[in-house]
Amino acid sequence: MKGVAIRLGDDVDTDQIIAGRYLRTKDKAVWAEHAFEDLDPGLASRLKGSVIVAGKNMGCGSSREQAAIALKEAGVIAVVAESFARIFFRNAINRGIPMFEIPGGLTCEDGEEISVSLEESAVEIGGRRYRALELSERMKEIIDAGGIIELRRREK
Amino acid sequence: MSTLSEKILKGSAGSFVDVTVDRALAHDGTGVQALTAFREMGAGTVTRPDRISIVYDHIVPANNSTTADLQAELRGFAKENRIDLHDIGEGICHQVMSEGIVTPGEIVVGADSHTCTMGAFGAFATGVGASDMASIWATGETWFKVPETINIRLEGELPRYVEAKDVALRYVGLLGAGGATYKAIEFTGDNGLGMDDRLTISNMSVEAGAKAGLFYADDVTCRYLRSYGRDAVPQKREDCDYVREEIIQLDDMEPLLAVPHRVDDVRPVSDFEGTPLDQIFVGTCTNGRYGDLKRFADIVKGKKVKVRTIVVPASRAVLLKAVETGVLGDIIRSGAVVGNPGCGPCLGAHQGVLGEDETGLSTANRNFKNRMGVGAKYFLSSPTTAAFSALKGEIALPGDLQ
Ligand code: SF4
Repeated sequence: MKGVAIRLGDDVDTDQIIAGRYLRTKDKAVWAEHAFEDLDPGLASRLKGSVIVAGKNMGCGSSREQAAIALKEAGVIAVVAESFARIFFRNAINRGIPMFEIPGGLTCEDGEEISVSLEESAVEIGGRRYRALELSERMKEIIDAGGIIELRRREK
Repeated sequence: MSTLSEKILKGSAGSFVDVTVDRALAHDGTGVQALTAFREMGAGTVTRPDRISIVYDHIVPANNSTTADLQAELRGFAKENRIDLHDIGEGICHQVMSEGIVTPGEIVVGADSHTCTMGAFGAFATGVGASDMASIWATGETWFKVPETINIRLEGELPRYVEAKDVALRYVGLLGAGGATYKAIEFTGDNGLGMDDRLTISNMSVEAGAKAGLFYADDVTCRYLRSYGRDAVPQKREDCDYVREEIIQLDDMEPLLAVPHRVDDVRPVSDFEGTPLDQIFVGTCTNGRYGDLKRFADIVKGKKVKVRTIVVPASRAVLLKAVETGVLGDIIRSGAVVGNPGCGPCLGAHQGVLGEDETGLSTANRNFKNRMGVGAKYFLSSPTTAAFSALKGEIALPGDLQ
């Protein structure tokens, strides 16, 4: 899968991904529309077809799953980071978002083309190739199904 | 030999385990999300409803009709499924769980990041998102990667005016916001920390990114639980492998602050003395317990606060005790506003939101940018530092007024 990188820094918390003031709704479109609003109000419009490339501790803070839903709904195709906060990591997988953790980080500019491969646990940007931590079979199964909801539904 | 997490999860660090959840917790915010996911899964009925708790604490009472409708829907679901429901006014979910519901050795999974608070009882307690919660409602089970463990030894006794919150800030500052990601923390050492102190300390383990923050259950734990009519036995500590060990000497500590906008940017209160404040908030799952309110009240008693001050008891039991002992009267007479039990201003979603460029001091666990008001700044401190600061209208070092 190929996308355009959106470069973020370290410690992007879930309040920054979707602010608490937008949580009282069930409308996913609202979350997508206001994603990253407090970080950069222009980001939401660039999310479709993008790959988020963050630094350390991506998605720390509140357990709000709306953060993952917002990204999925906005059309983010994958999230790459040097490390993830674990609840966000789990939520994103449960929402079917391919997640790539690259210990040691990666060199990537905002707007660069980036490709990601879940089968190969790898990320490629401008000819540079990075190995990501391999996800467990269960995580891959959830992502392949499009999320845990779809997986459970299918298992029924 | 195993760490406490390995023992409870019955697996060695790094392995994946399937577990039966002893207590599944959600609140009015995440519960609504979980219910949506539960319905989308086509799950039908819940497994083990007596093990599922839903606590209304985040936006209570409802602030508008959207919230009210969502809360009504979740309430209906809880009643229909005979779930352990704690409606508005009972308190913050973690506090409610600490009042005789969770016991040592249990696996507690909550759709709230501060579920780690229950580690104070020697339970393996961790936060998950709403879809995981829905899946647990449906099956009663979930999976985990067994974490490696960091050992933080708390040794000695705290000096006057230095308390558990300062210890929490100290280790979060030491480890950094992501320093314990994917790992558990075990707090050990020879210290006189009581149950409330441990709850405050475990509560903030997620601020270092930890999956769980555990104390071994001991006589203090068992005595506390017995007062709620629950039986418990102490947990034995074995020699085990830690990935990192730190010692914090409590005797050498001083009152601390987390300064805007990072929880791990921790500095001595003395560096910020005199910073003007617009609002002080005492409460939350970190510091809204009776002891916190009592220490605050003892300092402001007979005096007037010089800045708008909001005090929110963590639970109905806390509120009642504060009423019965006169602590609440002391707080109200000092000029502070008292809110109903719940999260109050903590998440910036309803009451007590700060205005742009205002500065607040809070006893909460998070000071993320814009969390408690767009464009506002927040410092985090202990209730004691908050009390001395309230009397001065600016950040004050405890003891100043004595
Ligand atoms: S008091 Fe604050 S941190 Fe604790 S559960 Fe409520 S919103 Fe979360």
